[in-house]
Formats: sequence, structure tokens, C-alpha cells
Amino acid sequence: MTTTTAPLLSVRGVVKRFPGVTALGGVDFDVRAGEVHCLLGQNGAGKSTLIKVLAGAHRPDEGEIRWQGEVVSFDNPTAAMSSGVAAIYQELDLVAGLSVADNVFLGHELSKAGFTRRAEAHRRTKALLDRLGHPDIPPDRDVGRLSAANQQIVSMARALSRDGRLLIMDEPSAVLDQDEVRTLFRVIRELTAQGVAIVYISHRMEEIREIGDRVTVLKDGRTVATGLPARETRTADLIRLMTGRDVEYAFPPRDPVDPAAPEVLVVRGLAAGERFSGVDFTVRAGEVVGLAGLVGSGRSEILEAVYGARRTTAGTVEVDGKRLRRGNVGAAVRAGVGLCPEERKSQGLLLDQAVYRNITVSTLSAFSRFGFLDNGAERARSQELTTALDVRPPGVDRAVRTLSGGNQQKVVLARWLLRECRVLLLDEPTRGVDVGARSEIYELIRDLSVRGVAVVVVSSEVEEVLGLADRVLVVREGRVVHEGPAREIDESRVLDLVMEGTAA
Amino acid sequence: MSENTTAVRPPTAEQPQRGVSALLGSAAGRNTGLVVALVLLCVVGVITAGDRFADVDNVLTILRLAAVIGVVSVGMTFVITGGGIDLSVGAIVALSSVWATTLATQAMANDAHWLVIVFAALAVGAGCGVINGVLIAYGRIVAFIATLAMLAAARGLAEIISNRKTQIVNVPGFTAFFDASVLGVPVLVVIFALVAVVGWVVLNRTTFGRRTFAVGGNPEAARLAGIDVRRHTVLLYTLLGVCCGIAAVMLVARTTTGSSTHGGLYELDAIAAVVIGGTLLSGGRGTIAGTVFGVLIFTTLSNVFTLNNLSISAQAVAKGAIIVVAVLLQQRLARRSGA
Repeated sequence: MTTTTAPLLSVRGVVKRFPGVTALGGVDFDVRAGEVHCLLGQNGAGKSTLIKVLAGAHRPDEGEIRWQGEVVSFDNPTAAMSSGVAAIYQELDLVAGLSVADNVFLGHELSKAGFTRRAEAHRRTKALLDRLGHPDIPPDRDVGRLSAANQQIVSMARALSRDGRLLIMDEPSAVLDQDEVRTLFRVIRELTAQGVAIVYISHRMEEIREIGDRVTVLKDGRTVATGLPARETRTADLIRLMTGRDVEYAFPPRDPVDPAAPEVLVVRGLAAGERFSGVDFTVRAGEVVGLAGLVGSGRSEILEAVYGARRTTAGTVEVDGKRLRRGNVGAAVRAGVGLCPEERKSQGLLLDQAVYRNITVSTLSAFSRFGFLDNGAERARSQELTTALDVRPPGVDRAVRTLSGGNQQKVVLARWLLRECRVLLLDEPTRGVDVGARSEIYELIRDLSVRGVAVVVVSSEVEEVLGLADRVLVVREGRVVHEGPAREIDESRVLDLVMEGTAA
Repeated sequence: MSENTTAVRPPTAEQPQRGVSALLGSAAGRNTGLVVALVLLCVVGVITAGDRFADVDNVLTILRLAAVIGVVSVGMTFVITGGGIDLSVGAIVALSSVWATTLATQAMANDAHWLVIVFAALAVGAGCGVINGVLIAYGRIVAFIATLAMLAAARGLAEIISNRKTQIVNVPGFTAFFDASVLGVPVLVVIFALVAVVGWVVLNRTTFGRRTFAVGGNPEAARLAGIDVRRHTVLLYTLLGVCCGIAAVMLVARTTTGSSTHGGLYELDAIAAVVIGGTLLSGGRGTIAGTVFGVLIFTTLSNVFTLNNLSISAQAVAKGAIIVVAVLLQQRLARRSGA
């Protein structure tokens, strides 16, 4: 329903500077009522800053924002929300411990003479959830006990409770599995049909095709293209606009694994209570094994258990023929196992500390003599790795927090490259990583396996598992339901296996 | 100019410098605010108390007073940087002092060496630290609660052992050693300086120190990077316990007594010094130099008040105000460099 009426929101020449960096260097775009406007750009292109400017969390240094034709300046998120602009951030800003209804009306509680009107809040929350197609969420349930998908719905309900006319969604699908994404899209379509506009941020090309109306591409804080038709614009063109170069979103070709290569990682009968059981697999030197499955199928838990970060109730893990001590990360690391965890920021990185410190944290003894660290050597080795991996910007004294998602992931990978590990466990290695950096990470995984590292990859994206792995294990409800060479199975078959039994 | 340097260089990343010049250079550079505060206090001291303040003996008195709480604060810097807190330091100092002086009055009669006092105090401090650490790391008790329990228990035990009596130490070798001076500097001050320097080196130049930053900054990431977070936590509280033992010895030497009332409110003084020094209470960022300045500021403050015959109550009010102002200033600075 895109008509030629005046735009709901129009952004002209917006500039936002932070000390030392210009985060936005001139952004222009329009959002019409009832459309899904996709914002595309690599990490570090300025999308997050732009969202914050639109939602009133940052004030622009230059430029003009018109809301329904009038120049506005939102001083804070509350001002933006009361005008009808609300952002739903990747890290949801809900308060666990409070009920759904309390969260929806947080900051604009319904009250009479200072007393909250609980019944009214519940009734209105119920109505909003119905409107969002989720009458199943009870308004009195503790938000902390909802799934990520339902929390997102609650965030949307909160936006709508302020009569939201424009919702800004920052990579909403990143925390959702395929089913949940489908539900989310249904909700988005219903909202746009009611005239609500959505600014949708995502890395996933196929989502933009499915849900988007128009696309604006950001690069280095500037608009490089705006108002492109979401369905007709060629993927290659979008990628070129985003990266400024031709990038093939493709998996590197691979040679078959040497059948005589030694089995580096041997997992036998691994089980952890109710989460998963009877998991057997081996990975040879130079082999990439992919684990496919839904969120909650046990795939990440298996990886963590192999690494010793999760207690197991049965089974063994051997590396190079040596049995690892159960539930002991130190033992796994010493045996040459490395993990790139799913939640990079909370589990993988020391965000406020320098890049080099994040790289050497697992290899400190190699840089120390009698416990004294050789800072110069640490920096030098880290610098070599960041140069080799093309981490941008290249300085190793910068806090990791200032890097984009893809570059942060490279830092985690560099940590294990430095250790020269034998087994690398990768949990969602490209989550939150933009297209350009993605291919680089694929290349890197390939290089590692060619050098004889045994790699295990977990990913929600079946395409990624199939493209990277030599052998694929499909996990469903804590059990391995299929194992076989990646080239003998296709995406739809994997999806069937993954979903089997859950469809009914 | 300044915006570039603040943006590019995060507070925890230090420039590759070496030796004493690095210690002084980075200490002065990052602690400008604290230096200014200390200088201001000294100016106030000179104006209000004149020669009584700007006297070598008075300065040495300040330093001697700062030494004891300073040693505790250095240890506290490690625990707080590692993401913990310890409320029991004052009680551990008291227990160590009582236990060591009990040994002195009983065993010293049989001409044992006075070093027995020292080792006893260190052992008691270390033991309390181990208990704290094990309860927190392996018993999964919140640090605040575990050390609150230790605070109550250690002081209670000190009262039981001493029968609530002040125990006078009369061991000539011991008193003579700690009353001496090295090149005009009292031994107590020398000990504080040594502890501070060793603390700085350990925190900034060793694997132990690096792991402390990692554990305090993000314990989950540290664990998944292969660091034994629980063991490290125990070591941190043990280190602080040892510092309390050292402080107990110094206190016994300064007062020639052991008492269950020693170290009263040390936990608050130490935490205050650490926090105004610039160490992040939530962990992951810590500075020994800042802590030393923090201790000196508080000690100088009470000295100036005492010389002007102002009450201890007035000192406490000023202390509270300083903590608030210092933390407010720090937040401003952090915001300006953080972006």
C-alpha cells in the first residue's frame, strides 16, 4: 500500500559526530505510512546511530528531521515515543521481573490519583497483544519468562501503546528461529495494513525481499542509495552499494577431506540430562562438521558440553586420543579446543578492554616469563593477526566495544588462531556480521580447516551449514537425527528433518 | 587534539612504557584530578595550620597513618577490579592483630623470634581470605553477604581470643624493627611503598593481573577463554587477606597493641579510597596509583582537620562529600572520553 502521499518521516542531511568519529555524515531518506522501509548497511555503516537519532536517544548535530511534515527535534526517547516513533532495539529494553502489562505501560503508567489502574492496563495490553496476533501471551506473565520472540512482541505492544505510527526494528530476526520470523512477518504485514510504517534493519537479503517495500543503503555514515524497490533490486547491486566493491556472497570451494586424516575430535554417547543424549560424532583433521537445528534443539548445548562449559551426565570427549576431564573448560583449552560462543558480546569478549588483550587472553603463558607479561610481544603478535585477518580499524589498543560485529568476531577467531588450536567450535559464527565480513569469515574457516584444524559449526542458517561443512549433523530435540555428507543433502531436506514432529 | 587522544585510547589500554618512568608517567597522567585535589588539600593545610602542617614530622605522621589503610586498599583494588567486594577487611585486621599478639605474649616468653608475630598475622589474614574466596567462588555466595558474615565472625572471634582486652606487645626486637627509619623514612611507610609498587607491577605486568581484569570485566567470557575463574577469585581474596595480615602487623607495631577493636570501618575507608582512585566498582578496570592517591587524600584531610581542632564528626561529613564529588567528577570524565 505505497501511495504518493507526503512522507510520514523525512530525514535530510543528518550528521552526527562523536569525539574522534563522524558516525553519520549526511543521511537522507523518507518513510511513507504503511510501508516497510529496509535499512541496509554493513556493521559500522551508522545504522545503530541513525536509529538512536530517529528514536530521540541521540540529537543530530546537523540536518533536519520532519515528522508528518513538521520539523521536529526529539530530545529524548519519551518525546519520540509520544509523537509515535518507537525503536525496538536488538538488546530488548524490557524489565525482567515485571509483568507484560507493567512493561507495556512502563513510563506512562495508567493511574488514578496516584494509584495504578492494573485492571485497565491488563485490558489494554490484552487488546494490543490481540492486535499483534498474540492473544496467547498473558498480560500478567513475568517478561523474563517469555521467549525472545514473545519479548519482541511485548516491545512492539509497548510502542503501539503510545499510538506508535513508526516502528524501528533493529535486526529483529537475529534472535528468532525460522518459525518465529514467519510469525513476526505476519504481524508486520498486519501493522502496515493498518497504516503503521516500519523501518526494518537486517543483514539477511532474503528477509528484505520477503518483507520490504523499499530499501535505503548506508555506507560509512552516508546514504548511498535510497528508495530502491526491495523486490526488484538485484542482490549483487545491493551488496556493491553496501561494500563499495563486488563481493560474491558465496562459500569457498572445497576439496574432499582426506579419509586417512586422523580423527581429532571424538565424541561418544554424550548426554546432559534432558537437554540432549546419545550424541556421537567424530571430526577429522581438516574436516568441517556442521550442526543444523532449531534454537532450543540442543545444538549449542552440545557444543558447550564438548568444550566443558556445560555439565554432562554421560559420555566422553576425546581430543587426539586423550579423554578430556568432564565439565572443565581449562582442560579443553589445554588440549587445543577453542570456542567462539553464540553470544559474542556477553560470552566471548572483554568489551571495554583493548583488542590485543582479548586476543591474548587464552595464551597469556606464552607471553610471560615467571608470570611477567611481555606487553610488546603481545601487541606485536596481535597486530600480525589483526593485519592478516584484516580487522578494521587495525589498531590493537582500541577497546573491542568500538569494533563492528564482524570485526569483533575476527578478534575472537584471532584468539584461537594464536593458540593454534586443534579443534575449533563455532557457534553462529556470522550472527550480526555483515555480508562483506561474512565471506571473509567463511574464507577464514576454510583456511583453518585446510591447515588441519577440526572445525564444528553450529548455525541457524541451513545454507551456511551446507555451504561450509563437509559433513552435516541434524539435531532435533536433543538427538542427532541425521548424519551424512553435506553434498548429499539439500536445504529443504534438512528443513524437513529439523521441523519433523514440530509441525504437528 | 584532546578529543583524539581520549577517543582512541581507552582507559584500560596503557602505552608501552617501562620501568619507573612509566609508573610515574601514567600515574600522573591519568590521575590529574586526584593530584589536584591532594595539592589543594595541602594548600588548605598550609594556610590554616601553617608550619604545623608543613613540617617534616607532620608529613611523616600523615604517611605513617596512610600506610596501614593503604596496604589494605591496595589489596582491595585487586578484589574490586576482579569484580568482587570485601567488607571483612577491618575485622580480619583485628583478628590477625589479636591472634598474633596472643602468640607474642604466650610464645615470646620462650624467646621465639619476633618474626613469629609477623607470620602468624599473615597466616590468619590469608586463612580468612581463603575462606572468603572459597565461599564466594565455590559456595556461590554473593561476595557482599559472604564477607559480611566474615566481618561479624572474625571480629567476634577476635573478641573471644582477646577476652575484649587490649593486648600490649612488649617484644623489643619487633618494636625496634618497625620503629626504625630507612634514610629518614619510617619502615611502615617503606612497607606501604613496597606493597604499592609490587601491587602495581602484579596488576599491570603479570598474567595474574591480566586475568584479574578479564575476570572482573566479563567473568563468562573469561571462563570460556579458558581462565579458571573460581580459582582466580579465591586467589584474589587470599591476596587481600594477606594484605590485611600485613596491615595488622603494621598496626600492632604502631600502637604496640593487639585489639579486637583495631581496623574499625577499614572496609569503608578502603573501598572509598579505591573508588575515588578511579577503580570501577563493577570490576574490569582498576588502578593502584589512583588508590594510593585516594588513601593520601583521606589521610591528609583528617590531618588538616585534626590540626585545626575540628571534630571527627566534621571529618566524616567532609569525607562523605569528597566521595560524592570525586565520583561525580569521574563520571563526567568517563562520559567525555567514552562517547
